[in-house]
Amino acid sequence: MIKTDILIIGAGPTGLFAVFEAGLLQLRCHLIDALPQPGGQCAEIYPKKPIYDIPGFPEILAGELVDNLMEQIKPFQPGFTLGERAETVEKLEDGTFIVTTNKGTEHQAPVVAIAGGLGSFEPRKPMIPNLKQFEDKGVAYMIKEPEMYRNKRVLIAGGGDSALDWAIFLADVASEVTLVHRRNEFRGALDSVEKVQELKNLGKVNLITPAEVVGLEGNKYLEAVTVRKNSKASEDLRIEVDAFIPLFGLSPKLGPIADWGLEIEKNAIKVDNSLDYQTNIPGIYAIGDVNTYPGKLKLILCGFHEATLMCQSAYQRIHPDKKYVMKYTTVGGVTGFDGSKKEAPKAVVKAID
Amino acid sequence: MSDIKIKITDREGVLHEVDAPTDMNMNLMEVVRSYELAPEGTIGICGGMAMCASCQCYVQSDHELPEKSDDEEAMLSEAFFVKENSRLGCQIHITEELDGLEIELAPEEP
Ligand SMILES: Cc1cc2nc3c(=O)[nH]c(=O)nc-3n(C[C@H](O)[C@H](O)[C@H](O)COP(=O)(O)OP(=O)(O)OC[C@H]3O[C@@H](n4cnc5c(N)ncnc54)[C@H](O)[C@@H]3O)c2cc1C
Ligand code: FES
Repeated sequence: MIKTDILIIGAGPTGLFAVFEAGLLQLRCHLIDALPQPGGQCAEIYPKKPIYDIPGFPEILAGELVDNLMEQIKPFQPGFTLGERAETVEKLEDGTFIVTTNKGTEHQAPVVAIAGGLGSFEPRKPMIPNLKQFEDKGVAYMIKEPEMYRNKRVLIAGGGDSALDWAIFLADVASEVTLVHRRNEFRGALDSVEKVQELKNLGKVNLITPAEVVGLEGNKYLEAVTVRKNSKASEDLRIEVDAFIPLFGLSPKLGPIADWGLEIEKNAIKVDNSLDYQTNIPGIYAIGDVNTYPGKLKLILCGFHEATLMCQSAYQRIHPDKKYVMKYTTVGGVTGFDGSKKEAPKAVVKAID
Repeated sequence: MSDIKIKITDREGVLHEVDAPTDMNMNLMEVVRSYELAPEGTIGICGGMAMCASCQCYVQSDHELPEKSDDEEAMLSEAFFVKENSRLGCQIHITEELDGLEIELAPEEP
């Protein structure tokens, strides 16, 4: 059982910044995210696109913003459960919550902050009749441990950055990499496309376009896939593989959180914005894109603000007998749980002769 | 003229005739969102960057539409439920020429 002060569901910009604000109050955080990496929409949808409305940054790439947030929260040593979706919540008699993921990992905390954005990112699955039957038995929608594919025959489908990136990466790990895409053109970064071209020329990646996977076969585990070329059944290929990885992007779904007994309006969680972004269940907060209140704006800056106020309220909930007085970081500095201390240099007073 | 009429069939099959402003730099996906014709979170996920296909629609009238860009073409080639007349709503800007346009929202992704 993982225990912490504030359990944050969602490691997007809002959840990450909440770790910093909680850290200033000496509260520890653990984050759960369905994605294998932190950053939420910024990392998953538009890492290479610039954002222009982060105060103090005339321009910053979304991916860079996530890197900066990770650097900023490092002293507060947050824990992460990545690649798992928060599925159920249970309130214990002592007022703490237990949140369990789809993989069965349990987390306990007196405060839960839902920073789930548009919802947990779920893979877009191609429409292949018996796909479900082979899930986790050769079919995977994201790659958490590339080593699993060492010396295996892998077939990747898709035409975006992840399909290209993984084809490149696995070319050195797997015994055979096949990339199947519906068009001859790829949607990814130019240098990745060129790299795949190079690997194809070297015979390290087997490229099949325009084509798509239409069938899977195997007994217990996946053994082969059927690839249809040029949409013609007469040109079907049967390829023996150990793994099939369809990478068609992800789409967010509020998912199981919708069944937690929280008040929901228009796919978002209603909160009390006049006070602290608490939901109708005391001790459970909702911050960032996932919440709604009159006048709500889904912007990163608003998520940061909400995270800050939520942490003050969470502190009061965890330490009802203590009164916390807000300090400026310029004055109080930042004291990390790793023993680090950042503070403004003290002015030296020199004697005047 | 600053408003045009557009007929939109939502995912439940209900037809809506809406006024769309031509002077607000809007696209079709934003019009659908502003009239709340599809639930929040099910349309416009990528904010209109031709990166999610959540705004896919079938164009039913024979209006002349701008050519598909490479991005739109690429996204539609990866989307589901694509038909001959599929377009990404976010890539269609509201102009006076589109008066009377009839579209149907494609189903949500499986
Ligand atoms: C293309 C695009 C451009 C944008 N440009 C800007 C901009 O210029 N300026 C701006 O301010 N905003 C912009 N935004 C909006 C901005 O990205 C969001 O406001 C911001 O990401 C919200 O952050 P968040 O942390 O609340 O949620 P998200 O970033 O959505 O992160 C939520 C995380 O929670 C996880 N999650 C949800 N439910 C669960 C669960 N049950 N279990 C586990 N994990 C879960 C998800 O996997 C996700 O990683 C843009 C958005 C897009 C799509
Ligand atoms: S809104 Fe994402 S493709 Fe149109």
